[in-house]
Order: sequence, then C-alpha cells, then structure tokens
Amino acid sequence: MEANEQLTSAKQLLDPHLQKKIRIKTLTKSSVVIRSTLIILALLTVYAFFSFDYKQLDVGEAALSTFANLKAMFLEPHLEHFTFTHALYQVFVTLGLAFLTTLFGAIIAVFLGLLAAENLTNKRVSTVIKGFVAFIRAVPTVLWVLIFAVAAGLGSVAAVIGMTFHSVSYLVKAYSESFEELDKGVIEALQASGANWWQIIFHAVIPSSLTYLISWTFLRFEINFAVAIAMGAAAGAGGIGFDMFMASSFYLDIREIGAITYFVLAIAILLEMAAIRFKKKLKVNGQ
Amino acid sequence: MQADYFFKKKRNTLSFLSILGAVTILAIIITEYNVIKGFSSLPKAVEWGLMNFYPTQESLTKLPAILDKLIETLLVSIAATTTGAVVALLFAILGSNTTRVNAFFGSISRGIATIFRNIDVAAWAMILLFSFGQSSLTGYFALFFGSFGFLTRAFVETIDEVSGGSVEALQATGAGYFSIIFQSVIPSSLPQMISWILFMIETNIRSATLIGLLTGSGIGFTFNLYYKSLNYDVASLVVVVIIAAILFIESVSNYVRRAVL
Repeated sequence: MEANEQLTSAKQLLDPHLQKKIRIKTLTKSSVVIRSTLIILALLTVYAFFSFDYKQLDVGEAALSTFANLKAMFLEPHLEHFTFTHALYQVFVTLGLAFLTTLFGAIIAVFLGLLAAENLTNKRVSTVIKGFVAFIRAVPTVLWVLIFAVAAGLGSVAAVIGMTFHSVSYLVKAYSESFEELDKGVIEALQASGANWWQIIFHAVIPSSLTYLISWTFLRFEINFAVAIAMGAAAGAGGIGFDMFMASSFYLDIREIGAITYFVLAIAILLEMAAIRFKKKLKVNGQ
Repeated sequence: MQADYFFKKKRNTLSFLSILGAVTILAIIITEYNVIKGFSSLPKAVEWGLMNFYPTQESLTKLPAILDKLIETLLVSIAATTTGAVVALLFAILGSNTTRVNAFFGSISRGIATIFRNIDVAAWAMILLFSFGQSSLTGYFALFFGSFGFLTRAFVETIDEVSGGSVEALQATGAGYFSIIFQSVIPSSLPQMISWILFMIETNIRSATLIGLLTGSGIGFTFNLYYKSLNYDVASLVVVVIIAAILFIESVSNYVRRAVL
C-alpha cells in the first residue's frame, strides 16, 4: 500500500503537465541591459550594412585584389624612394614625437590628476577638471593637430602640442583614478601629524601609486607611437607616417608600404614586449 | 644603514632624471622641435580660435549635410566593432590559456591578433584604399581589423581573469568542451566584454574621423573639405557635432557599464 502511494507520486513528478519548470536564470537589471545592448548593436550593424555607400563597388573583386595587394606587400617588400637608413631615421623621429608628447602630457597630467582626485581636493574642483578633460578627449587627436597647425604651421610643433592634449586627458583620468585608490587613513594620519598638502603628495600619494603611474604612462607611450604615425600621414607631422602617406598617395607603391609596415610592426611589437616585461618587474618589486 | 638608504634613493632618482633629460634633448633634436615656438604658439592658437573658430549663423545651413555624414560614420564604427568583436571572441577562446584547444592553435591565434593590432588603423586605411577606393567599406575594414586585434587581446585577458576556476570545476564534472564554453565562459565574461566593446566603439568613432581624412569619406572628409577651403566656421561646427556625438555615446556606455558590472 505504501509502496504504491510512493509510485504514484513518482509518476506525478515525471508527468510533464504537472512538472513545474525551475527558473535557473532570473531577469535582473543587468541581464536585461546586457541583452538589450546586444540586440541594439546587432540591429544597428545590420542597418549599417544596408546603408553603406558602396559606390558601385564589386566587393568580391575588391577583396580579391586586397588579398593580392597584401601578398605583394608582405612577401615582396622593397624600398625604392628612400634608403634603409632614411627609413630607420624616420622611425626614430616618430619615436621622438611620441616621447616628447608622452613626457609633456605626463608632467601636466600629474598636476591636473592631483587636482582631479576627489580625496585630495574638494568635489567641485574635481568635477570641473574631470569635465574639462572629458571635453578635450571628445575631440579626435587629428583635429587638435590640424587646429594647432593653423597657428603654428604644419610640422612637429603642431603635432606635439595637438597630441599632448589627448595624452593629458587620457592620463589625467588614469592618474586621478589611481590617486583615488589611496587609503583615506593615510592622508588623515599625515594631516593629523601636521603635514601640509605638498608633503602629503610627495611622501604618501605619489610613492604609493608610482607603479600605476609608470605603467599607465608607458601604455600611453605605446599609443602615442601609433598616433604619431597617423599624424605623420594625416597632418604632415613628419616621421615614418609621412613616408607611408607618400608611398600610398603619391608613388602608389604597395611594396614600399609593405617595407614601412614591417618597420612599424617591429617597433610596436618590441614596445609591447618591453611593456609586458616592465609590468612583471614592477609587480615583483611592488609586492 | 639609514643614511645609505637615502643616499641610494637619491642616486637612483638622479640617474633616472638625467637619463630622461638626455632622451628628451635627443628627441627635441631629432624631431626638430622648436621649444620656444611650442610655448609661443599656444596663446597664438587660443587667440586665433577665439577670433575665427566658432560656428556662425550661416554655417548652420550646412548642419543637415553634416549630420548625415556623422550618422554614416557612427554606423561604420558600430558595425566594424560588433563584427570585429564576434571574430575576436572566436580567436580569444582559441587563444586563451584556459579555453584553448591546444598550445599550437593558441599561439597561432594570438600571433594573428598581435599582427592585426600593431598595424595602425591609419595604415590599414591606406592599404585598403588601393582596392576599395573612397567607399564606406575602406573605413569599415580598417576599423574592423583594428578592433579585431585589440578586442582579441582584451577578451583573452577577460577570459583568463574570470573563468579559470569554473572551467576546471566543470571539466572535473565531465562537461563537454562546448557546454563549458557556452554555459560558463561566455556568460561569466559577457559583462566585461560588453564594457570593452563600448570602449572600442568610442575609440573607433575618433579613429573614423582620422580615416575619413585619409580616405575621403565620412565626417573626417567633411571637416577636411571646409578646413582646407578656410571655411573655419563650418569646420568648427563639424567639431562641435563630433564632440556632442562622442559625449553622448560616452554617457550611454557609462550607463550600461554601471548596470552590467
């Protein structure tokens, strides 16, 4: 009798109509936002492909000729309009532009970053500086360079100053966030012992966030190298980017672009490897 | 001992600063950077900007045409980012140390991503210009390649960070490769990935302006047209429109980020 009862209840459990589905995934705000973001992005992408300005382009043919170009570029690179040493020198010019930009940007950004950190100044100053920096960041670098080129003429001065704007805004954001991570107790303890603002900055804030500052600055240097190439091409800033622009637009020499790309690729990968090694070393020393 | 420590610290700082100074002087010489001109051009640029670089009443008549180009540029950036992200996800799963099939495919997929990432979008634009001409597709593919390379690196780091333990746990229960990927790896790293995708869209809109300048399409070309013809009032209107668009996208993505992370 008892065994029979148990059997029916087991049957009831297995009966699909009686079975209640257990909800594993609950609909939280975050999952709704994730799903709607993905759906909106997908819809916009599909719409974008319909709205593109194709200009009677045969996509298949263009893709095939791009493959042929890439093959010629990477397998048969040559330098015709300038020598190997000239190209190497221009690479160093580009590195120099990136270095100067990063240095100027870092010096300005440390001061602005200190003022933008909420725990070091008051909230109003911080909001004003952060808003100002967000505005600078919204203008693309190339526009900054071109705007400065009107006053300073095309060349390294306009390029460095224009690129510095973007570096400052990027680094202020990164620096102020790492300053804000500092423990509130440290500042309070120093204030209680009678230290002034500059003493707090130089003996507590900067030493404790130094590793972050260095790794952010190096990352910006990597970015600035790429930006300097682009500015050489788009805004006549000189360096390897300008040679690349000449090879592309005036000599129409795909093989020369290939040779220059190899130069750029080698430096970029070297910088990336240096950054990874650098970070590991900093981590070991920091802990 | 104490004095020694401070002496060492001072010596290290001093040698670091002198190396930095030497490299700076070298960089100034090699780039032919004029320091005095650098400082003096700053107030000159501000003065010029206040005199000439603001939109006027008559430049507003060009607004519809500018907005049209802006929307085209935004769509190109979004399409390039999302399609790049799909391919990057595939490569990241193959390249991540926790989810790769084997070490060989892992290093191949990461190597491909490294090459694509380190060729700048401006370089891609110039290469693609040969066969795609002045169509939207030049910008699209340039941004697609750049996004693919960057997002692969970001996704690999996300996967490694988020799902190391859960993959091991699921493997111990005997779950298959695909069920581990789709039930654990992707759902747990999705919020981080969306944050990266939004960041990439912001970056791509800025790069799209640059590509437009180089290839003659989109909002960058519009700016260049008015800039080169000295119509600074219309050019400044283009800048204002770009700023508005980027700040709008930034605030949307900040909202999404706060909701998902």
